[in-house]
Amino acid sequence: MKAFAELLDRLAYTPSRNDKLRLLADYFASAPDPDRGFALAALTDGLFFRLPLRRILTELLGPRVDPVLFDLSRDYVGDTAETVALIWPGGVTGSKPPRLAAIVEVLQSAPPAQVPALLANWLDQLDATGRWALLKLMTGALRVGVSARLAKTALAEWSGVPLSDIEEVWHCVDPPYGELLAWLSGTGPRPEVGTRATFRPLMLSHQIEDKELQSIAPEDFVAEWKWDGIRVQAAHQGGEKRLFSRTGDDISGAFPDVVEALPEGVVLDGELLVVREGEVAPFNDLQQRLNRKSVTAAMLKSHPAHIRLYDMLFEGGEDLRALPFIARRARLEAWHKTHAPRRTDISGIIDFASVKELETLWAGARETGIEGLMLKRRDSPYIAGRPKGHWYKWKRAPLVIDAVLMYAQRGSGKRSSYYSDYTFGAWRDGDAGEPELVPVGKSYFGFTDEELKELDAFVRNHTVDSFGPVRQVEPKLVFEVAFDSVHRSTRHKSGVAMRFPRIHRIRWDKPAGEADRLETLAAMIVE
Amino acid sequence: MRPERFDTWLTVDRKGLYCRPGGFHIDPYGGAKRAVITHGHSDHARPGHDHVLATQETLAVMTTRLGTPARLSAQNVAYGETHTIGDVAVTLVPAGHVLGSAQVLIEWKGTRVVVSGDYKRSADPTCAPFELVPCHLFITEATFALPVFQHGEAAEEVAKLLKSRAQFPERAHVVGVYGLGKCQRVIALLREAGYEQPIYLHGALAACCALYESFGVRLGALKPATGAKREDLKGEIVLAPPSAIADRWSRRLPDPVTAFASGWMRVRARARQQGIELPLVISDHADWRELTETIAETGAEEVWVTHGREDALLHHIQTTGRRGRALALIGREDEDQ
Repeated sequence: MKAFAELLDRLAYTPSRNDKLRLLADYFASAPDPDRGFALAALTDGLFFRLPLRRILTELLGPRVDPVLFDLSRDYVGDTAETVALIWPGGVTGSKPPRLAAIVEVLQSAPPAQVPALLANWLDQLDATGRWALLKLMTGALRVGVSARLAKTALAEWSGVPLSDIEEVWHCVDPPYGELLAWLSGTGPRPEVGTRATFRPLMLSHQIEDKELQSIAPEDFVAEWKWDGIRVQAAHQGGEKRLFSRTGDDISGAFPDVVEALPEGVVLDGELLVVREGEVAPFNDLQQRLNRKSVTAAMLKSHPAHIRLYDMLFEGGEDLRALPFIARRARLEAWHKTHAPRRTDISGIIDFASVKELETLWAGARETGIEGLMLKRRDSPYIAGRPKGHWYKWKRAPLVIDAVLMYAQRGSGKRSSYYSDYTFGAWRDGDAGEPELVPVGKSYFGFTDEELKELDAFVRNHTVDSFGPVRQVEPKLVFEVAFDSVHRSTRHKSGVAMRFPRIHRIRWDKPAGEADRLETLAAMIVE
Repeated sequence: MRPERFDTWLTVDRKGLYCRPGGFHIDPYGGAKRAVITHGHSDHARPGHDHVLATQETLAVMTTRLGTPARLSAQNVAYGETHTIGDVAVTLVPAGHVLGSAQVLIEWKGTRVVVSGDYKRSADPTCAPFELVPCHLFITEATFALPVFQHGEAAEEVAKLLKSRAQFPERAHVVGVYGLGKCQRVIALLREAGYEQPIYLHGALAACCALYESFGVRLGALKPATGAKREDLKGEIVLAPPSAIADRWSRRLPDPVTAFASGWMRVRARARQQGIELPLVISDHADWRELTETIAETGAEEVWVTHGREDALLHHIQTTGRRGRALALIGREDEDQ
């Protein structure tokens, strides 16, 4: 438990992705089995203990800690589980702290009535960091800034096995991942994927460059709309129906409506959308259904999910990935005609005769649900990863407004000495009719390191007030902010929320009074 | 005859805690006529007093930081030596906080009062260890007076720093330390852990280190960080005042891991707010257990609580059947911040 607790502790404080990878890779290289396998399960959200943890803790604390002292401590620390970990009168010396594997195995099989006594015993034996890590583990959500994808990337770094290979076997192996870890350490064979519904790493596209665009010929490429949802893979194999995100996370639980209708034997590639009466809803509607483990009946009805299919990887157990794109596409169309599963349709092919015609289509792409164009080589096999020269995305031009820098906050990690997170605002009329700025968005990227230095100096020289790590600056500097779309929001004072705002240009030259008004931004809202 | 009440002769005025029969303040704020100073931290050792009594080390710190310890006279007192001031006997006793830090024992008409100043009971190779003094009234600090503060072994925190250094050899490790005490203790702990490399220092830390060395505390090879080449600082440990570790000064360091050695680092929100990547729980103050055990061991019937989180400690004092009182002293801060 000690090594795992130390790992979580370091991860929780480490902002940089590369540093997290090193901490994880070092852990996988040095921790023994099966502890590291259970750690991997915990980091990839693969462990669930249905425990009334809050109630258990209340029961345990009663006889151990004065309630007045607990409340004062809780107020100071700000988090109940952390307070328990710190205040627990533990540190029983001489006893050996329990191993992670022993804890997980016991928790998976112990009768619920025994859990409080077991937990108390463990808490006695662990130090404060160990107690904190144990309580995190038992809540089922570690929240140390590590995604399942990052944990798998660390496995790839440590073992030298490509990430896509790990992803392909991932859904066929189970905690504590003995078989997987043996393969990755070179002491066992690659786990058998067989006929199970497992994630097949996706083929991804490159953003197209101007010179590449000029070489796109209709006889070599087909064009499709790029739909504004999330890329998914739907599989029904070996009696299992699964929906995977782009990074291989199993999101079936949140989208039972789209997988239930899938016939056996297929693996499909498509865009997950919310579609009402044939109309694609704004991305915001899909957002309501993401990041949940399950879904309510009301949500299923109000936000019906749908897959717009792009490609077919398997049919009837046959692997189609080596076939050219147009051959797979023909198989997809024929299959869809036969089965026509509910809540699916096929993304249409767009005819074009020249690059000029494509440019016209692209420039007019403002319809809801369309993010731009996709250009796919007719003869491309389905290759995992982001192979060069096969698929291109051509995102529609971003929206832009000129906004005024209002607040700046220090960044984290390498940027901790810089004011690098910026809140910017647009003008509106105040209560007395005078113009006032209202915050419309926040961004911390889009500028170069050189520009960051200049912005940092600007913030320090124009601070008018500070609130903890946040500085309010004189409303003088104009940012040209680019963003993908804008939506209504009740959570923001301005009533609008931007999607992917980034600092496109710093307008050192432009007077703040000439920046845009809130009405300009509101007019860009897609309903 | 022993006076019934302590507050008839020990009072708090706008300069701080005042002993009437002795005619002196302890760690006063603003210029006092006569002051007894517990230790050299700036919220205890202030400028402008006429007559100052303190340990030799504390007077030396005051000279370094303030130019002079007193306007008229400075009297140095060895630990354990009793001096008569006015009608009272005053003895300075080691507090284990920093070099020269002292508790003040005041004896008057058969009553013994101990003012703890800041103290700790865990081991510190850079100063004399805390000595327990039985008393009737104990006036205690309360910086970490919440039961969530249990400081643990400082050596383990230093091991964490050295492990991180091994894991990230291409980065510098910059450790935020308070200049008097924490800085030298962290250096000494590193030396105890077998770390022999030169340790780099922010310019503001050099004077206190030199002072410790002049009192015989060995710190090993120290080098200025200012002016060192960025390339040369890879894999090195750099100590700096807390205000410098995440500000412009630190940009000269190669991709630094930001550490902070402080008792506050026990609480995650405190570390996160300050953008600390490697919190090291090393404190020069008593933790909850030390505070409560010390109160019990002094045998004091009454306890006054100075700066810190007095609510929790007063609650504890009352539940253990003693009289407790909060002293509102102005101008005391967490020097660790």
